[in-house]
Amino acid sequence: MNYTLIIGLEVHVQLTTQSKMFARCGTEFGLPPNTQTDPVSLGLPGTLPVMNRRAFELALKTATALHAEIAPFTKWDRKNYYYPDLPKNYQISQYDLPFSRGGHLDIPVRKDGTGGGICRLTRVHLEEDTGKLTHGAGGYSEIDLNRAGIPLMEIVTEPDIRSAADARGCLEELRLVLRYLEVSDCEMQEGSLRCDANVNLHIETPHGAIATPIVEVKNLNSFRSVERALEYEAERQFRQWQEDGLTIKDAHKETRGWSDPEGVTKPQRRKETAADYRYFPEPDLVPVVVDDAWRARVKASIGELPAARRARFEADFGLTPYDANVLVEQGRDVADYFDAVVTKTSEYKLASNWIQQDILRIAKELKLTLTGFPVGPDELAELIGRVQRGELNTNQGREVLAKMVERGQSAEAIIEADGYKMVSDRGAIAAAVDAALAANPKAIEDLKKGKKPDAVKGFLRGQVMKQTGGKADPKVVLDLLDAKLAELASDG
Amino acid sequence: MDMTRLTAVGLIQEYERKTLSCLDVARGYLDRAEKYGRLNVFVHLDGEAILSRARALDAKRASGAAMGRLAGVPVAIKDVLCVEGEPTTCGSKMLSNFRPPYSATVIERLLAEDAILVGKTNMDEFAMGSSTENSAYGPTRNPWDEERIPGGSSGGSAAAVAADLAPLSLGSDTGGSIRQPAAVCGIVGLKPTYGRVSRYGLIAFASSLDQIGPFAHDVADAALLLGVISGPDPRDATCVDAPVPDYLATLDEAPRALRIGIVREFFGAGLDPEVEAAVRAAIQVYEDAGATVREVSLPHSKYGVPAYYIVAPAECSSNLARYDGTIFGRRSADFSPRYPGEDKLPPIVRMMMASRAEGFGAEVKRRIMLGTFALSAGYADQYYNQALKARRLIRNDFDAAFHEVDVLVGPTSPTPAFKLGERAADPLAMYLSDVYTITANLAGIPGISIPCGLTKAGLPIGLQLLAPAFAEESLLRAARVFERAGDWHLKRPPLA
Amino acid sequence: MTLTPEDVAQVALLARLRVSPAEVEMFTEQLTKIVGFVEQLNELDTSNVEPLAHGVEVFNVFREDKVEPALPRAAALANAPEHNDECFIVPVVIE
Repeated sequence: MNYTLIIGLEVHVQLTTQSKMFARCGTEFGLPPNTQTDPVSLGLPGTLPVMNRRAFELALKTATALHAEIAPFTKWDRKNYYYPDLPKNYQISQYDLPFSRGGHLDIPVRKDGTGGGICRLTRVHLEEDTGKLTHGAGGYSEIDLNRAGIPLMEIVTEPDIRSAADARGCLEELRLVLRYLEVSDCEMQEGSLRCDANVNLHIETPHGAIATPIVEVKNLNSFRSVERALEYEAERQFRQWQEDGLTIKDAHKETRGWSDPEGVTKPQRRKETAADYRYFPEPDLVPVVVDDAWRARVKASIGELPAARRARFEADFGLTPYDANVLVEQGRDVADYFDAVVTKTSEYKLASNWIQQDILRIAKELKLTLTGFPVGPDELAELIGRVQRGELNTNQGREVLAKMVERGQSAEAIIEADGYKMVSDRGAIAAAVDAALAANPKAIEDLKKGKKPDAVKGFLRGQVMKQTGGKADPKVVLDLLDAKLAELASDG
Repeated sequence: MDMTRLTAVGLIQEYERKTLSCLDVARGYLDRAEKYGRLNVFVHLDGEAILSRARALDAKRASGAAMGRLAGVPVAIKDVLCVEGEPTTCGSKMLSNFRPPYSATVIERLLAEDAILVGKTNMDEFAMGSSTENSAYGPTRNPWDEERIPGGSSGGSAAAVAADLAPLSLGSDTGGSIRQPAAVCGIVGLKPTYGRVSRYGLIAFASSLDQIGPFAHDVADAALLLGVISGPDPRDATCVDAPVPDYLATLDEAPRALRIGIVREFFGAGLDPEVEAAVRAAIQVYEDAGATVREVSLPHSKYGVPAYYIVAPAECSSNLARYDGTIFGRRSADFSPRYPGEDKLPPIVRMMMASRAEGFGAEVKRRIMLGTFALSAGYADQYYNQALKARRLIRNDFDAAFHEVDVLVGPTSPTPAFKLGERAADPLAMYLSDVYTITANLAGIPGISIPCGLTKAGLPIGLQLLAPAFAEESLLRAARVFERAGDWHLKRPPLA
Repeated sequence: MTLTPEDVAQVALLARLRVSPAEVEMFTEQLTKIVGFVEQLNELDTSNVEPLAHGVEVFNVFREDKVEPALPRAAALANAPEHNDECFIVPVVIE
């Protein structure tokens, strides 16, 4: 029997503000417990919330970038529920008039050519984060309220996602967009990006299509766990349905937690009462009116987004979708770097290769971003020019680049100091070719026996390069090697 | 001279003439507070702190420094306002050990103007009540008749001024909790426009209705204190950024062509005949003073009490959710399962339920229950949303009336002070004590109660004046027109 | 409407109030009476009326994103019924 996996995501993103959403204490991650609170974030009697303008503007920026409709009038509501990590026992959130509705995310095609498309959004709204509970030994739990009140943006997708890989792709693209917008650092490990998934199956049966009960999967702490948990959950739901035949009509939504070490989802404890959040307008906060001028200002503040950038890299620089995506998905610093390099060289493909193969490798080793990378885009463009003109071969170029990073010197200085000059003198190279052939009679034998000429040629070329200390112009080497081998063949 | 008989304005004049020191005054009031301890006005009074504050202010004055607008004036504080490091109990067992790490904005403003805080006054628990009987610390007695209630919920603050235990005090008014006690204690009490005074540090009962306001013997003192506490506050988003006029300076300018509206609906069934007679006499005073008097209608005012008893409990059920025994307030020592079904609840839930059951009194629980019900799934539309719509209609009534008149005049409370315990068993009867005051809270407009008579039994009667939003200046001036024509504000209770 | 003892027990759980069987009975009677009283609101035709939820109708009140010093931890924990050096302590909360 065939089934379709139906997934919708509920993503929570901490916004990068200095102070909390309604309180004036800081938002830094990783401080000792309860050192980042004030009377407002503790919910002490008599305290009142006042909205952080930047949090609202970051949220507006996000929703605008996600093509959502910005509401002209939005308000705050209280979501009432008792939980010890929620100091006031209500969360300031948005209920019936969120600041935005709709929108969508453009998902790129994956490396293997699958996936891609559009994921529609239901809404984006703002709320405050809760504190953290640690379940200690001895029948007690500890409450840390450092996180309580950090601005949290909730992004809810439509159930448009059809595979676990797509769910991961959607979340990765969302993270990329949020990082491009600089509204959140989106660290899943630190909890600044959190994801829950609603998932069920549509199964084709001989008696028509049925849907399995919806399960909300929580505790997804990495992109990998999102994918694994949803793959697991799809199989589990199918098995479950084969066993009990229960459909969405027979059972309530269930909440399950993903256990990464065990690779399974487990039912979470049922609440003692059905959720009844008793939403009502937050009387301590006044509504927000967003007029056309404000909307236009926000729109103008949004730079080029990943999807547009990929398209431009393909159209303007002739990159393949794969290359364009690698440059874009690494983050804005990488794409900006590429953009800067290609203002100085028209070797677009070479520039893309150098960044992907060398610059990113070095940056990763040194744990650097490309913003302020020791070799600037102009210098890389210049180096690429030298390689392209044949002043350096690729290997030499790599060595020079490594030394530029290491010594902080220009390519020119390193070439001068370390004697990098490509040998293009045909006489010298011809001598090296002869020497290589003389030293490797077996290779000639192999060739005569019909061994693959390319392999033999590759080997000999390596020997020639070795002879010349890697400085020979590879084109000339190949040229002369071809001529010599042709000569030997006709002699034979 | 008995300095405790002085008004704040009078006291400031004596200080300026150097006939009195702050220390003399502080001692005088502390002695009097001790003498009338039986009224149960204060729930917390730190004599040493008061004397040391007085000494510091005397030293400041002696140094020639410029003094604040309330220099050396004792102000009693309703125990609903947070004072850093001081017990702030809200009349509740729930907060019997609570000491806030911060002060309310109004407290900071009083201190900045060199006032002396003279103790925290008794109140109905979490400001819910009309008699100050719902206090964990026992009822406050009315200085005019100690067998009667002082009104509520700010009964302690009203009694403090009425009994001359302080010339000024602060209360809070959610449905009449300043005006009704002022009326039954024979003093002036003013509820400002919603958004005139910062609520930061006011322990919330119903956030969209609560406002802090002054009690005083006369309109001038009320104007003085209102001027100090009013004005925008970056810590309260609902506190409006509008300039604060010098209320005191313009007080005696007679309003030009004052138009008075008599609200037809405020003279119906339930109004005590002696109260009605005193109010009608007061209206005559206005006519004699040249005001135009006309009858107006607030057709939806009968829906005020029912709308209020949905909106206020709904907000209260949420505001008071934070008292759960986790990070502040009372925690029950024994939350093992007691009643059927509790064994199925996790310990944390039982802890919260037991702590709240122990910490809250009956009226608070009743309102939390009512508000929770009114907001719950399936009922919110019928009750909560309908009440918000009725609230809009009530405000529209006032908007229409204020096209015709400058102020509305009527009784503050339908009856004089009732006897202690008289309405304790009947919540609905108690709720009707606020029938004339509640609509101003729902509409957000300012109101004042001023003394306008005594019953044959010697109980004070209050006259209520209401004005459009942010028209406190004309409200005070209109009140002053009546005050100047008589001497009700000079009457004092016959305290033994 | 008439509230049942079951309604009242459900509301009490939602409101986290422990109520004895006697209190359930008392609240059932009192709340029914009060709810009956407030039901006169249903006489009103409010089909074209906007709800009024705030005390004052203003918009767009913000604060700038500036950090002020946090409370010292000891002060933050001072009012807690139970705490250790770092955290508030509550009976175990099972996920």
